[in-house]
Formats: sequence, structure tokens, C-alpha cells
Amino acid sequence: MSLLRVENVVKYFGGLVAVDNVTFDVPDGGIFGLIGPNGAGKTTVFNLITGNYKLDKGRIVFRDMDITGMLTHRVVALGIARTFQNIRLFSNMSVLENVLAGYHCRMTSGAVAAMLRLPNQRAEERRAVGRAMAELHFTGLGSQAENLAKNLSYGNQRLLEISRALASDPGLIILDEPAGGMNEHETTALVDLILRIRNRGITVMLIEHDMSLVMRACEHIVVLEHGKKIAEGTPEVIKSDPKVIEAYLGSEDDDI
Amino acid sequence: MSFSGKNIRNGIYAAVAVCWIAAPVFLSNYQTDVLNNIAIYALLGLSLNIILGYGGMFHMGHAAFFAIGAYTTAIINTSYGIPVLWLLPLSGITAGVFALVVARPIIHLRGDYLLIVTIGMVEIVRIALVNNIFGITGGPNGIFGIASPQVFGHPINGIVSPGHYFYLLTAFLAFTIAVFYLLEHSRYGRALKYLCSDSIAAEGSGIDTSGYKLSAFVIGAFWAGMVGNLYAGKITFISPESFSFWESVVMFMIVILGGAGSIPGVLLGAILIIGLPEFFQELQQYRLLIFGIALVAMMIFRPQGILPPKPHTYPVDKLDEKEVTL
Amino acid sequence: MELFFTQLTNGLAVGGIYALIALGYTMVYGVLKLINFAHGDLFTIGAYLGLTLLASLGLTGYVGTAGGLLFLALMVMGLVGIIGILLDRAAYKPLRNSPRLSAVVSALGASIVFSNTIMLVYGPSPKVYPQGLLPTHVFYLFGLPVPIMRIIILATSLFLMIGLYVFIQKTRTGTAIRAAAIDQGAARLMGINVDRVIMLVFFIGPALGGAAGLMVGLHYGQINFTMGWIYGLKAFTAAILGGIGNIPGAMVGGLLLGVIESMGAAYISNAWKDAIAFFVLILILIVRPTGLLGERVAEKI
Repeated sequence: MSLLRVENVVKYFGGLVAVDNVTFDVPDGGIFGLIGPNGAGKTTVFNLITGNYKLDKGRIVFRDMDITGMLTHRVVALGIARTFQNIRLFSNMSVLENVLAGYHCRMTSGAVAAMLRLPNQRAEERRAVGRAMAELHFTGLGSQAENLAKNLSYGNQRLLEISRALASDPGLIILDEPAGGMNEHETTALVDLILRIRNRGITVMLIEHDMSLVMRACEHIVVLEHGKKIAEGTPEVIKSDPKVIEAYLGSEDDDI
Repeated sequence: MSFSGKNIRNGIYAAVAVCWIAAPVFLSNYQTDVLNNIAIYALLGLSLNIILGYGGMFHMGHAAFFAIGAYTTAIINTSYGIPVLWLLPLSGITAGVFALVVARPIIHLRGDYLLIVTIGMVEIVRIALVNNIFGITGGPNGIFGIASPQVFGHPINGIVSPGHYFYLLTAFLAFTIAVFYLLEHSRYGRALKYLCSDSIAAEGSGIDTSGYKLSAFVIGAFWAGMVGNLYAGKITFISPESFSFWESVVMFMIVILGGAGSIPGVLLGAILIIGLPEFFQELQQYRLLIFGIALVAMMIFRPQGILPPKPHTYPVDKLDEKEVTL
Repeated sequence: MELFFTQLTNGLAVGGIYALIALGYTMVYGVLKLINFAHGDLFTIGAYLGLTLLASLGLTGYVGTAGGLLFLALMVMGLVGIIGILLDRAAYKPLRNSPRLSAVVSALGASIVFSNTIMLVYGPSPKVYPQGLLPTHVFYLFGLPVPIMRIIILATSLFLMIGLYVFIQKTRTGTAIRAAAIDQGAARLMGINVDRVIMLVFFIGPALGGAAGLMVGLHYGQINFTMGWIYGLKAFTAAILGGIGNIPGAMVGGLLLGVIESMGAAYISNAWKDAIAFFVLILILIVRPTGLLGERVAEKI
């Protein structure tokens, strides 16, 4: 069964076609990879799914619900969480507070309840802190809870982004280059984390430049080049696809 | 009890509060009136702090909300004789509704654009008041003869007996501090801080950034409107000149110099900006010059303000193991 | 018809002044993405410096009215330009790597400092320019009155604007300014001395603003220390109207705003005259924040 369906999606930037009629399905419950050379439109596809950009044509369906053009925070509330390629944390707030941001959409207390310090509000706060701490233990940041986000190492900041996304109880988590800036050791731990996320029943969608990571973790891969889908299939199929090889060797990147 | 930083801090706050409450006993009427002005501006600063401090929205038209609250009270009190304090919630609501209408189209504007649009808004409101809009604002002369508030049947005259008015304002200030403190350390307050820190990341984490920005404006305006009510009841006549762009600048400075997002910071800001010039009467004409230099210097050397917000600690240690579950 | 025509020439003259001030906002914004809130006060300083120099040097007595005014204008522009550079050094340069809004607050502080310094030096009451330096007679075009003063004001501002436009478009230095406006980092890599470009921008913008201040003094005869903020806000509106960062946009926006305002004052309500510019500002920012000639730029995520 398909969890997310991206259907004939088109996005222009000025006169440039950034995403050109792309269609794919993300099956429920696995690890899905979206790869391609620099500028292929991968992040743009992510931004279209999460409502950061408005698409020009096509539609996006999540759990049989049309989410095309929906505001980002509503998309998150429906169960799609994301991380950012160029790390966007609330840098002057504590690690714990960063994770609480993710849980925000699962809470209900408003301004008036807070001003009156209603019992429900206090119980909910406590529950939220518990959940956030659990997410931090899950990613291994439990001991960092009271640090400021900006004081974390680069790799830990990426983990914190993942914790924040997980705290929103997603059905689908979209990771935009989670291994960027990580060393070999951290990358191995990341693969393990991604598998553990999947084992929680959360579908993982991954954009990654690190090919070895993609091939190790993903069960299903879509390859984009110049905004078009050029290949789709299991890692074995993708590895031997001549179009993919050409796309990577033909580009000036040496990501393979 | 140990002398941790937190205990010392709370001790200082308590001492300041005691001095504040006892002050009118030792002060002249004039000096007490200065304290009343500090209290009014502290309240305005705290209400602006919701928008500017927590929400990070550069709003320089707060005097408009203050004006609408004051005029609501003045018009209804002088026309229908309804007691001033009964109009407290209504003054807040009028200002809040006004904010809801005018803020909706502008909240998505980028910081510096928002600043300039809110300046435009406060000027339009002032010009509207001067031009006697709807024939009810009294034009440039304003509105005279607003009644003093009554507490348990006793009129509290802000001009004749500022000492009594002081306790009315102080009670409202204490209430405001308590309520805003709770707000700051709640889901709501955090949401504003998230969107202040990075609004794209906040939206991407599931926070309705536009909704929160708008509601911050409404709450801030609601409170400023209520302060307008207390202000109108205090001086018993109001005119457009009391709500000029410069009033907005003063409120803005109180928050920025004191410490955006910090309740003690805003209170200190109000004391410094409203109270300090009283001690240096002979330097009165240099007041704005000094504040201008202070703004530039603060941005260069201490952009977070004199008393920036302290990080909030959460009861992580007090959680049971079973509460920490996915 | 006569009213319309009078308001049109009036609007164009005022609009020319707005446009000159707007150029200062737009140039600084173009290169630094900073709204220089103190720019309106630099305009006021121009007006006051002009008055001081006019009174103390008595230039017009030596070299005739036209030559004297020209020399005066150059002095005012030079001095205000230098103040502009000093302003940047003191209030903005230390904040280049700070959040943008810190610089905006600093600009506000600088504006307060300037306007209060003027007040302390010259006193709070308005000052009067000597009369009769510019010809005041009126000639008739197809039976419609055209005060020659307005023509001079408009022609002078157009001359300065076109001069700036040619400078920006045709010279090497102008190209460097445009490059720095598009991408400071890339401009630096190409060997452009971006700091010098910023200095130049902070000279030219305030110099034009100072010239506008002088023109207001000569035209209206009266100046006061708070006029900078209202002129500044209107000029800023003009810059936004045309598309901030866009030099022809500032010119078009200035003239357009001048005409809108003076027509509004005549046909809608004089009492609401000052509010008209703010309505225009709010409307343009809501409907088309990039202005009439600005381009839409997508925010990078």
C-alpha cells in the first residue's frame, strides 16, 4: 500500500523547470531513497511535499488524503515530519525545548489555559517533557537535554533535528541529507538509527549524497536528474542502471 | 537553603517588590505619579513584549492599541456614564479586535517591513483621532471629563491622590506579571519563541506560525487596550498627542534596552527610561539623545538587552521512568 | 482643470524631492539590505547646514545667486555625504555580521541622536530660509499657471537622478556597486572592494538626501528638526512603491507618490494628506511587496 503518492508534480522557478512531471509512490513501512546529482530537484520535491513550496501542477496524496497546497504545519499535523538540509534548529533554546517544538502539534493547551495554569495544561506539559526526553534517549542525546542547541556538535545537531521531527508522531519522516558533515563512525550509527526509526513503524524517506549509506539502508530508490525521474527500483536495480551511472559520471560531482 | 544564583535572584526580586510597594509612603505626590507612569509603561512594555520579545515581530505601532483602549473608555464613560473599571475588558476587546483586523494582512511581512507598516498604522490612527473620525474622538483637543475609577464605591483619583492610584496600577501590574510569566513558560510562549528563532523551522515542526503571530498581536493589543483604560481613568482627559509615534518608540526602547523576551528586563527598562530622567531634571533635554546613543551602543555591545531572558529549566529529574516513554 | 494642473506640478515638485531621498534608502538597501532609518535625518541636516552656510558665508553676494547656490549645494552634499559615511562607521559597520534587525534598531537610535542633536544645536522652533533666492514668478502654459520654482526643483532632482543613473550604469565604479548589490560575496571574490562600495553608497545617498533638504528649505522657506522623519517615511514609501533596491524604481516611486499625495489632498481630504502616503505604503506592502519595478525573489529554504 502506498503511504505517499507524488503525482505528475511540476515546479517552475522563474522560467526554469526544477521538477518536471515527477511521479512516484512511497510504500508504507520501509526506507525510501531519493537520489540524484546536485541540482536534480530532490530538495525541491521535499519542499513540495511538506508545503514549503507551492507546486505548479500535479498533486500529492498522503494516506488517501489530497495534501496539495496544504500549509506546512497542517502537513506535519497529518503525520509528515522533516529535517532540513542546512540544519535549522532553534539555536538559542535548549535541546529539550527544540524537541518540544515537534510535540507541539500533539498538544492542545492554549494561551488562556497557560495563564490560568489549569490542571490539564500542567499535566500536558509534564507529558510533553516526558515524551521529549524519551525521543532524546532514542537518538542518544538524553544527556544533552539542558544544553543550548547551538552548543551541540554538528553531528548531534543533525540528530536533534531528527528527534524534533520524531516528536511530532509522524507516519512519514523525511530526512534531507542526514549524513551531511558526519564522519564514518557517526554515519554507521545513523544507519542504525534509521533502521530503528523504521522498526517503530515510521516510514523513512531519505535524500542522501552518501551512496554507500543509501545502498545500505534503502529498500526502494527513485533517481532524479534535471528534475525528471530517470530510474526507480531496488538498490541492485539502481546500481546497474546505465542511465543512473551516466547521470552520476556525466555530472561534475564525485558523489559516488 | 543555598545561595544559588536563582535564590539570590529571587531575593533581589522580592526586595525590589517590597521597596516598590512601600515607596508611596515615603514619596511626594509628584514622585508617586512618576511611579504611576513607570507602572503604565511597564504594563505597556510587557504587552509589547509578547509581540516583540517572544514573537520577535518588530512592531512599532503599539501606541495605536493603547489609544484605542483609552478612547473606548473615554467615549463610553463620558457618553453613557458607565464606570471606568467596568470598561476594562471592553477596552481590551476593542483593541484586540482592531489588532485582529489590521494585523492579519501584515504579519507575514519581513521584520523591517513590518516595522515600517506598524509605524504607518500608528500614524494613521493618530491622524484619524485628530480628524475626529466618526465624530466621536473630539479631534485634536481629545476628550475631557473622564470619571475616575471606583473600587468598592470609593473613587480613586489619579491626579489628586496618586498614592491610591498607585495601588490600583500595582495590583494590575502584579496580576500581569504573574499571568505573563505563566504564558512565557507554556506551550504558547514556546511557540512564539520558536517562530522568533526560525519561523520556517517552526512551521516545519508543526507550528501554525501565522496563527501564533496573529494571536500574539491580539493578546498584546488586548492588554495595551486595558492599560489604555487605566491610563484614561488616571489622567481623566486624553488627546491624540498622548499616542504619537514617539510613544511607540518609547515602548519599543523599553523592551529592547531592558531585554526582549524577559519580564524583569522589561520592568527594568521601564524604570530606566521613564524613571531615570526624573532624577536628572537638568539633563531633561538630552534625554532622547542619550537614549538614541544607548540604542546604538546596546545593539553593538549587548544586543540581548540589559537583563536578557534566563533559560527555563524543565522538571526533567522529577519525571518517573515510566513517564519517559515514546 | 486649473486645480488639477496646480496639484500636478506641485506633486511633481514634491515627488522629485521624495525621489531624491528615496534614492538614498534604495541604494543602501540594495547593497546592505538595511533600511537606514536615519536617512530622513540626514535630509534634515542638509536643510540646516544649507541654512547655516547660506547665512554665514553670504556666497550669493560674491558670485551671484545661481553660482552661489550651486556652490552651496555642492558643499551641503559633500558635508552630508561625509556625515553619512561617519554614520555607517559608528552605527552600522560594527553590526555587519549581526542579525539584520539589530542594525535596524541601531538605525533608529541613530535617527533619534541626529534629530535631537539638531534640536539642541538649532533650537526646537522652526527656522526660516532667506526668501527671494529662487525666482518666484509664474508663467502660463496654455493658460495654466506654472510656478517657475517648481520647474527648477523638478529639473534639479531629475538632473541629479539621471546623473546617478548614468553613473551607476555606465561607469566602472557603478558596475562595482551593482555587483555588490547582487552578491557581496561574489563581488569580493571578483576583486571588488566591497567596503569601498559601501562607503561610496553611504556618501552618495546622504549627499542626495542633503541636496533634497536644501531644496525643501529654498522651496518652502521653513524647516524644522522633526521634518526628517515624515519626509523620510514618505521617501521610504516611494522607494518601496518603486521596488526597494531599484534605482529607477525610486525615481518613479517618488514622483508617483508626490502626485498621488497632492491629488489626494486636493480631491479627497487635505486633513488626511499625511495618512495617504501611509495607506499607499501599507497597500503596496500587502499587495506587491516587491514594488512596481521590483522582481520577486523566492526565499531559499
